[in-house]
Amino acid sequence: MKIELTDTTSSKINAALVQARRAVGAPATGMILSMVIVTDEGSAYDAVKAAREASREHPMRILVVIRRPGKSPRARAVTRLDAEIQVGGDYGTGETILLRLNGELTAHADSVVLPLLLPDAPTVAWWPESAPEDVSQGTVGDLSQRRITDAAAAEDPVHELSVRARHYHPGDTDLAWTRVTPWRSMLAAALDQKPGVKVTSAEVEGEAYNPSVELLGMWLADRLDVPVKRIVSEGPGLTAARLNTPEGQIELDRSDGLLAHLRMPGSPDRQVALKRRETAELIAEELRRLDPDDVYRATLLHGVQRLTVTEKPASAKDAAEQVEEIIDGTEPATAPASSSSASSSSSSSSGSEAPKPRRTAKGGSAK
Amino acid sequence: MARTTAKASTEARDPATGFSPPPREADGRKKQAVNPLRDPNDRRLPRIAGPSGLVIFGVTGDLSRKKLMPAVYDLANRGLLPPGFSLVGYARREWANEDFAQEVHDAVKEHARTPFREEVWQQLAEGIRFVQGDFDDDEAFEKLRRTVDELDKQRGTGGNFAFYLSVPPKFFPRVVEQLKKHKLSQAPMGAWRRAVIEKPFGHDLKSAKELNRVVHDVFQPSDVFRIDHYLGKETVQNILALRFANEMFEPIWNRSYVDHVQITMAEDIGIGGRAGYYDGIGAARDVIQNHLMQLLALTAMEEPSDFSAEALVQEKLKVLNAIQLPNDIGADTVFGQYAHGWQGGEEVKGYEEEDGIPADSRTDTYAAIKLEIANRRWAGVPFYLRTGKRLGRRVTEIAVAFQAAPHLPFDKESTQELGQNALVIRVQPDEGVTVRFGSKVPGTAMEVRDVSMDFAYGESFTESSPEAYERLILDVLLGDANLFPRTAEVEQSWRILDPIEDYWAQHKPEPYTSGTWGPAAADEMLARDGRSWRRP
Repeated sequence: MKIELTDTTSSKINAALVQARRAVGAPATGMILSMVIVTDEGSAYDAVKAAREASREHPMRILVVIRRPGKSPRARAVTRLDAEIQVGGDYGTGETILLRLNGELTAHADSVVLPLLLPDAPTVAWWPESAPEDVSQGTVGDLSQRRITDAAAAEDPVHELSVRARHYHPGDTDLAWTRVTPWRSMLAAALDQKPGVKVTSAEVEGEAYNPSVELLGMWLADRLDVPVKRIVSEGPGLTAARLNTPEGQIELDRSDGLLAHLRMPGSPDRQVALKRRETAELIAEELRRLDPDDVYRATLLHGVQRLTVTEKPASAKDAAEQVEEIIDGTEPATAPASSSSASSSSSSSSGSEAPKPRRTAKGGSAK
Repeated sequence: MARTTAKASTEARDPATGFSPPPREADGRKKQAVNPLRDPNDRRLPRIAGPSGLVIFGVTGDLSRKKLMPAVYDLANRGLLPPGFSLVGYARREWANEDFAQEVHDAVKEHARTPFREEVWQQLAEGIRFVQGDFDDDEAFEKLRRTVDELDKQRGTGGNFAFYLSVPPKFFPRVVEQLKKHKLSQAPMGAWRRAVIEKPFGHDLKSAKELNRVVHDVFQPSDVFRIDHYLGKETVQNILALRFANEMFEPIWNRSYVDHVQITMAEDIGIGGRAGYYDGIGAARDVIQNHLMQLLALTAMEEPSDFSAEALVQEKLKVLNAIQLPNDIGADTVFGQYAHGWQGGEEVKGYEEEDGIPADSRTDTYAAIKLEIANRRWAGVPFYLRTGKRLGRRVTEIAVAFQAAPHLPFDKESTQELGQNALVIRVQPDEGVTVRFGSKVPGTAMEVRDVSMDFAYGESFTESSPEAYERLILDVLLGDANLFPRTAEVEQSWRILDPIEDYWAQHKPEPYTSGTWGPAAADEMLARDGRSWRRP
């Protein structure tokens, strides 16, 4: 059922919730977390849809904070809270409350959200887009154990990774990181089959504005302690990851966004289904663990500027030349300068724990 | 509750605590040290099986079509199967590889839990093979061996194969002997060969021992996986989380507070087309020996030192060994047979009228037994186990009934409707936990009545929560034996059941009307103890 409350307060919403539950005949049970989605009217629909789907695996109370600061002075002068409660029936498991914050109230979202959080249950905040620079310091971020951002939705995704690194707090996570889990698990499984093999270098390949490619590259660089090259391709999404070993190259290559090929020395080529996942699946994965993701932290703080960026090599010869231009991920200060053109970006702002960028910003990354 | 489990298990693995148990082979931790991409803190990476393949005997059967093949697809869809995973079917039917692939395709489309995706199917279909033959056919087994060798070359399965014997038990000896004869059971260096067998694991102690001897003659005991699909269910695994990850249940989980325990597995269907299998076996051998004994062991066992297969089996065995049979088997067990009646608005036949059942069959379609566990924790607490076909509804649950409060400071009238406190673990359907306790009825008078507090298992909401077979097949490929009953457990269960079956063989089953909760004698059995069956 759906209840609409205009010009209301949190306590009226709470009362209406109890009423709605009675009317539906379901007691308040089973919900394991509160999810606060901070968004605007534009992206609210998609976000709520994804969260509701994820709530089938993780029954939760979804609080959607929709900010409407107002475009005219007159609109800004009106401070008002409107709420829409959706419970039971077609609305899936759990409860959804859309909160529309008008005027001055947009700056005080926490005062609305706090009374509506589930008692004694974790809170997760999610910014489908335009997340603040430091998510843990915001009014909503303060209340939550886990904060989900999406670098891919930012204007400059790769720069966004540096911002996230600069302001990292335990509990932060990013959907761009979630997107590479299947790749990471497949690469780890591939290395399982080659115990003790020494990886000498690696490369990751994907479309320009896809921070997942950078994250996968940084993860490999951080875990393997080898130089990693970032190659720009047409996409879609991530298209390949390669690990160079003395025995030959381990390659996971996905050109169509659906089916990948795994090539390993000494093994026949194999196909691997590696579909790009829906937002709902990503959110469901995020909610399976609510403790800080240390591997994400290590990856993020590795520093995006330590990857070498190149265009996709036109031929094998080019590729061979470019291998020589790799920056040594372990000692960036002594690495030779890269002469290859960076098509997408390399960030100018360094992470707090990351070494200084070797190159100045190029392309569209200067901000 | 699911979250609590996860947290507990990660803490156990955390090397930072300094108290983690020494590495075990089953942990796979030795490998992790070698692979720099693996990190115990990286909890997103799922357990993917290493290069391997699955050979299914009796692939045309119902179980294979409805459960095994869809489970394999679902595993692939979740990205848990290794690249190059191969599926080989072995059956009498005259099929080419493509026909078999089509059969798998149809089965997957109809029964898989996760949505059908063409690219996943493509990945799987490449590794599907079919070998046609009888179990006596040497040539066919030779072809199977060639197929397996080819898969190693073409798909990189690395010589690792699991043989799933989805065939009637009377064929087990022949199949495993053929596997031995054609060197299929022999793993190449550094690889493994495993056997997976389904219940029934024999029909009494003697036959179970014989079966174990035959299988262990060919496969190492640690390479034999006995499927009890109940152990693959989330709710059954949750019993351990509920008991050992919480503080509030364990202190009252003993004879000082528990009055008795009822473990029920009821089915609303009859025997259907399984007359040939069922007649002569009966409900107790079919269900109590494996499923209910396992549920009892998990409910009653002490805390294992860790969650390795060895520690678990040790504790389960201890409880099974402490089980005592009733002194008077006639009084404390009941077996029955369903008679003609109406079930859920449908008129149904009695057992003796079913096709293929002799009119004087003594097979039990209902069995109820009372057991006691002779240890400090449970002495004097009866465990009532019951199972049956054509009962009121399909349900499996474990109900722990607590003693009455020692003193009630209320009028007798005000607590008349107060029953026993109970904690019910609902295994299926509608998985979850119910707690029943007394609460004041709103109003001016003091009146206390039973209410239920409900926890619905979060995962059960989603259609795509892992199915028991998925989990178990993955565990076989990973070599993780946690959720599989061991030889000793199977034999101990038969030791308990054999004397009861012997007694029943001398007597006639009690008839009960289909659609009811069993014969009146079962109600009388509990009434003599001053108790009654829960209506689940």
